[in-house]
Amino acid sequence: MTKVELSFDYSKYNFRDYVEYEVKFPKGLTEEIVREISRIKDEPTWMEEFRVKAYRIFMEKPMPAWGVDLSSINFDEFCYYARPTSKKGRSWEEVPEYIKRTFEALGIPEAERKFLAGVGAQYESEVVYHNIRKELEKLGVVFLDTDTALKEYPEIFKKYFGTVVPPNDNKFAALNSAVWSGGSFIYVPEGVKVDLPLQAYFRINAQNMGQFERTLIIAEPYSEVHYIEGCTAPIYASNSLHSAVVEIIAKKGAKVRYTTIQNWSIDVYNLVTKRAHAYEEATVEWVDANIGSKATMKYPSVYLLGKYARGEVLSVAFAGRGQHQDTGAKMFHLAPYTSSRITAKSVSKDGGRTTYRGLVHVAKGARGVKSSVRCDALLLDEKSKTDTYPYNEILEDDATVTHEATVGKISDDQLFYLMSRGISETEALNMIVLGFFEPFIKELPMEYAVEMNRLLRLEMTGAVG
Amino acid sequence: MVDVLTIEHLHVEVEGKEVLKDINLEVKSNEIHAIMGPNGAGKTSLALAIMGHPRYKITKGDVKINGESILGLPTDKRAQKGLFISLQYPIGLQGITLFTLIKASLTALKYAPKSPNEKPNIPLAQIRKELEINLKKVGLDETFINRYVNEGFSGGEKKKSEIVQMAMIKPKFAVLDETDSGLDIDGIKIVSNAILNISRREIGLILITHYNRILQFIKPDYVHVLLDGRIVETGGPELADLLEQKGYDWFKKEV
Repeated sequence: MTKVELSFDYSKYNFRDYVEYEVKFPKGLTEEIVREISRIKDEPTWMEEFRVKAYRIFMEKPMPAWGVDLSSINFDEFCYYARPTSKKGRSWEEVPEYIKRTFEALGIPEAERKFLAGVGAQYESEVVYHNIRKELEKLGVVFLDTDTALKEYPEIFKKYFGTVVPPNDNKFAALNSAVWSGGSFIYVPEGVKVDLPLQAYFRINAQNMGQFERTLIIAEPYSEVHYIEGCTAPIYASNSLHSAVVEIIAKKGAKVRYTTIQNWSIDVYNLVTKRAHAYEEATVEWVDANIGSKATMKYPSVYLLGKYARGEVLSVAFAGRGQHQDTGAKMFHLAPYTSSRITAKSVSKDGGRTTYRGLVHVAKGARGVKSSVRCDALLLDEKSKTDTYPYNEILEDDATVTHEATVGKISDDQLFYLMSRGISETEALNMIVLGFFEPFIKELPMEYAVEMNRLLRLEMTGAVG
Repeated sequence: MVDVLTIEHLHVEVEGKEVLKDINLEVKSNEIHAIMGPNGAGKTSLALAIMGHPRYKITKGDVKINGESILGLPTDKRAQKGLFISLQYPIGLQGITLFTLIKASLTALKYAPKSPNEKPNIPLAQIRKELEINLKKVGLDETFINRYVNEGFSGGEKKKSEIVQMAMIKPKFAVLDETDSGLDIDGIKIVSNAILNISRREIGLILITHYNRILQFIKPDYVHVLLDGRIVETGGPELADLLEQKGYDWFKKEV
């Protein structure tokens, strides 16, 4: 049969700008640099102290010895803060020309006009553009970059910031807490339903850049919001680091969906902590796609804190040559009648590696819990690898916890069937891979589904052999 | 124009074992042939070998369409030459709807752009409408358009969906591998009528079957009996009746 090689078309994202930065720190991290970040942001003292404390935790904590291979990370080679401009635009005209070109090439302002309720765009460390529809603003919805939110809503900010993911949670959460910059802050008042998605777009441009955005979402009782983030970077020969922290608070009956399409270039370490607190009858859904990066460690979690709270994670990963996607989910059932569902799908090819790592915890006293986990992995060749590490900690007898896992290969019979309909082998492979991801793609808003299909479109580069 | 499918002295191996020996067959695109045989006689091997399944190795002989060998072609190119197969056990296609499958199939077979820079121009609305009509012919409702192919289909629904695909593709030759199995008698009647309505003597049909039930509705021009990898007898429709009465064992003794 024809041998085909598959690869992503990354060309759309692989361009770089030559930028004069307004501020760009030298490489490496010291307490002085941490304090300097706080100073140039003109932050309150409590935040400066929070950062410094976090920095000390970061220095003390050892590198995780599990997950992806982090041995080639050298924290001294990264730049921890770079500011292209001090202006934040509320209209695209205010955004500097070269940054505008970047985001226009990525289709951002067009998307905003068409189907988004609000947009944020972050370039290196700072958010350069932020806008929300007027009618939402009138209803009291806040959608700001996190730095501005600290200034404009200090009380809400201080009440929730760092409560879901404390700095001592893990080494990279500590690092983010020390040097965080940018990210989104969303506040949805009681009963308000934001029916269009809010989107943020993250772009790393410089070589050896570290991006450490911090996102905080507070959904008051019976409110609803859908937030989408996308990320890209150009390809360099050396590494960049993306280490974000996302905290979500979903109060009684609130519904929050958080969608990520991670498409970092293959020299980015993507080490992210995402966690939500879901109170009584609240629903939190993480829809998480990891297509890019050199190595990703990300396990979106939901702490189900009130009766009938529901958590869901839909996670898809694609690992090609030199990539390791170590992803999964964690569900902590800490209240009765809570339920959760985890669906993980991964595809590996050309020696790429995917790992599913998940935890379902049912606390003593959490009666009537239901949880289901399903992991499907597809291997496109013999060189590629997948592993599954599902952990269960069930401390209550009446919990219903199910786990199903499959590892599959594309069978000759599937290819034959499609080819017998006149479809070429390459197109048949494409269709099978897209079909495998279909449960994820159909959860995306239409425009993202189209983009995702385009992204996943595989190209034939090999020859008949 | 009448097209001709010729199978000449065909020998086929699966995992080193010869499963077909010296098969000779000529099928015109306005003819109906039935190939009958017991389990393990090599019926499915013949169907899959003609279509180029990688597990079936052709060791001798040739398969030609209008005098031109197709053995050097991969499966998709054979389909483009006008060959179609309705599988005995159609495999599930997770996440691929019938519409997606037909769209991809017709894009390759009928609407392929002339140059790589050109975008294919596919009449999607027309395809959808034709799909609805053809689904109705076999007794499936239009929700099947957006269902994943063969996922959660009953045995009979799978067979019907195969015939719908044949109707959409309109091949020159269709090998229908045990289309009648998995269908009850009403189902066989509906599907047989649909096959006749679709083919209208413009698709050469090769009906592979164990029993002569389907042949009561689709009268073949020729019946071939396949035993242990060889065609041991060829005749008219009366041969199917004889088989029904006497059984394959009787034939084995005769051979």
